[in-house]
Amino acid sequence: MTTAATDQPRRRRFRVSRRVLPYLLSLPALLTCIGILIPFLTAVIYSLQRYRLSQPWARQFNWGENYLNFFTDPAFWNTLKVSVTYAFLTVTVELLLGLGIALLLQKRNRTNNFISIMLLMPLMTAPALAALMWKLMTNPGFGILSYFATLLGIQDFNWASDPQTAMLTVVIVDVWVYTPFIMILLLAGLRSLPPQPFEAAALDGVPRWFVFWRITLPMLTPFLLTATLFRVIESIQQFDIIYAMTQGGPGDTLTVFQVEAYLNFFQSTNVGRSAALLMILWAITYVLSNIFIKNWLRLREKQRGNA
Amino acid sequence: METTSPVERLLRGIAITLVCLFFMFPIVWIVLMSFQTNETILRVPPSVIFAPTLENYTALITGKLETAAGTLDIDFMGNLWNSLFLSTASVAVGLVLGVPAAYAFARLKFRGSEDIAFTLLSFRFAPPLLVLLPLTIYFQQLGLANTYGGLIWVYQLIVLPLILWIVRGYFEDIPADIEYAYRIAGHDFWSTFRRIALPLAGPGIAAAGLLSFIFAWNNFVFALVLASADKQPVTVGALAFVTASGIQYGQVAAGIVLSIAPTFALALYAQRYLVEGLSLGAVKG
Repeated sequence: MTTAATDQPRRRRFRVSRRVLPYLLSLPALLTCIGILIPFLTAVIYSLQRYRLSQPWARQFNWGENYLNFFTDPAFWNTLKVSVTYAFLTVTVELLLGLGIALLLQKRNRTNNFISIMLLMPLMTAPALAALMWKLMTNPGFGILSYFATLLGIQDFNWASDPQTAMLTVVIVDVWVYTPFIMILLLAGLRSLPPQPFEAAALDGVPRWFVFWRITLPMLTPFLLTATLFRVIESIQQFDIIYAMTQGGPGDTLTVFQVEAYLNFFQSTNVGRSAALLMILWAITYVLSNIFIKNWLRLREKQRGNA
Repeated sequence: METTSPVERLLRGIAITLVCLFFMFPIVWIVLMSFQTNETILRVPPSVIFAPTLENYTALITGKLETAAGTLDIDFMGNLWNSLFLSTASVAVGLVLGVPAAYAFARLKFRGSEDIAFTLLSFRFAPPLLVLLPLTIYFQQLGLANTYGGLIWVYQLIVLPLILWIVRGYFEDIPADIEYAYRIAGHDFWSTFRRIALPLAGPGIAAAGLLSFIFAWNNFVFALVLASADKQPVTVGALAFVTASGIQYGQVAAGIVLSIAPTFALALYAQRYLVEGLSLGAVKG
């Protein structure tokens, strides 16, 4: 243990050296995280093993076999396709809708502030509970949305229980929950833009669509990029909404990465395949999150410079 | 300054109305449903005119559900309590561990500090099941399976990175000179931290605490994998409840209302911190 600091000899009592102090302060947090790193490393090992909970005696290393099998496994390609489709659809819709709402609410006044607080409510709803709410609304027997569909002349619109519309349904729930997040980010972004370019454009009588494409959008790009990356990372890992709504069904229509891994682990008890799936998902999110964090830190520095 | 034509104002009005309708309707509808009996819920066509009843709520609070097959015991209040306890305890632990660490990262640049902060943050983006599935096996061996302690520890996975990064941003925004002046006046490190740094970062700590409470409350997958019925929070409990209660839809709706009411109330009460935390947490740091 490092003993008393020597630069202040008049202080007699024990003092923690300046070099040890930061580690001491962050140590508990670090230990907690190491406790999380251990299961992570275990998962890496699992992914390299032939390991089924139902056949523990047959457990052995098969090295890359779980991964190699994926190449010829249609279920894996389905998982990849479903996950990417889900992430693409949700983030695209949320971005467009969120940008639109942020532009509508841009001006600071009491009504707009009230509406933006109200719109945060879906974001405060647990995604799993949001899925249940929509499940009640899309119930074929009494669901209000099923009733609206019949009013529009669509008979037997089965929402999440029909393979044709299951993806649409969960995407709507995701859009309902997460659009407010993008909205609030972009609203903060829009309101932080310097007013001078807009004043100059207004003085010169520049048309508003031109202002939007040439001034607003380019200045908003860092915010759009941050919001998009953040949502893609979360959306490709979506579990709560899909599991609470359909548990990956009907059939394999919605078996995204985490749902497929969960079902592999608990239903078919194929730990090896489950872990390998999650490792691939982790690799995807690791790359994305590194880009995200760098982008975010740059944005943060810039914000602080402006302040 | 901008000239808006009546047509444009009308279009804006319609757009805002549609947006509010889409985002508010589900909440309003579920609240309405929670005050109805099965007969009025199952009416065709649906109607908003009904005699409101508190039956669903009393059934949930007393834990006795009347179903076609007889009385069913359900411990939904237990789920609510679990949610409250798990979220509060996780945030408390997260603050005790996270705030000093955030201070260390912000103020005392040390070897490897950036790398460590970076790694901690990237935990937030890793797939939770990757950690949870091996943990189910470890927890069995350690005797932590289905204990509050084990769950609170795992909840740090969401709570800690959030607190660390939001609070760190706040500490960095405080000019270090104030603290130096206090130190020169002869106070030691701990009292400087306690009397100067902590109060100044107060709003950031509040925002981080609030946001991580909501995240913890809304979490689903941790408890789904690691807790059995008696330790489950409302998010997991409500799902089990749907299958258990058969066709008592009003009670399911009432259960959902009770589970989302606390986060809504908290969000409305502390909206300033919330917006700040959300945009800081994701943009400003």
